[in-house]
Amino acid sequence: MNFAIVVHGGPYSSQACLSALKFAKAVLASGHSINRVFFYHDGVYTANSLIAPPQDEAPVSRQWQEFGTGNKIELIACIASCLRRGILDETEAGRYEKSGSNIAPGFTISGLGQLIDASINADRVVTFGV
Amino acid sequence: MSSMLFVFSRPPHGSINAQEGLDALLMGSAFTACSVLFVGDGVLQLVTGQSTDALGTKNFSLSFGALKDYGVTRIACSMPDLLARGLHKSDFLIEVEPLDAAGMQALIRHHDKVLNF
Repeated sequence: MNFAIVVHGGPYSSQACLSALKFAKAVLASGHSINRVFFYHDGVYTANSLIAPPQDEAPVSRQWQEFGTGNKIELIACIASCLRRGILDETEAGRYEKSGSNIAPGFTISGLGQLIDASINADRVVTFGV
Repeated sequence: MSSMLFVFSRPPHGSINAQEGLDALLMGSAFTACSVLFVGDGVLQLVTGQSTDALGTKNFSLSFGALKDYGVTRIACSMPDLLARGLHKSDFLIEVEPLDAAGMQALIRHHDKVLNF
């Protein structure tokens, strides 16, 4: 079965972000596939490369990066949510004349259409953090 | 093409969830057949005469007027949640179909995908 996963919760303010990662790993371990992970609302904070968590706390953002890169799964952060929260890639940083970009490796900033497209084409959509 | 149901359960103000949910619904309706169901405090999103002047936030409730133009198929709400909040559908900005529990269950079952906001 093909899953779309949607993450609404931020990495250190909500359990949703880690629960989604554990679920995503379980999906693959069970022989299913994931067509895309879409980060929306505060979930886009996961894509912030400037996160520096205490050493005794899980590096949630890096764990997602490793999961996405290692399994060749798209990690998409919603552009409207990102811009409101200061998550920028080089293109957006240039467009809005900001001092730097901070999108973490493995994440891509894109539009809400990616959420709809992933939902339409998946067998199941599972949302975390509502 | 999959049909999609958007379920809105958050109050309109106090967090950006309702506004970002509406953005997703409008985007979805550009791609495929979409309906929306307001439940819990989500029914408050539809109340007419909202003003956000004192809050300093955007009054996105005006965008609900565009749902018909975007081709949103069914606009429904939970009848019990409406009654529990002392509301009547005449309090709403737009025409909404109140559903009982069985009606909501049927609506959810009728759609291929459900997104919660």
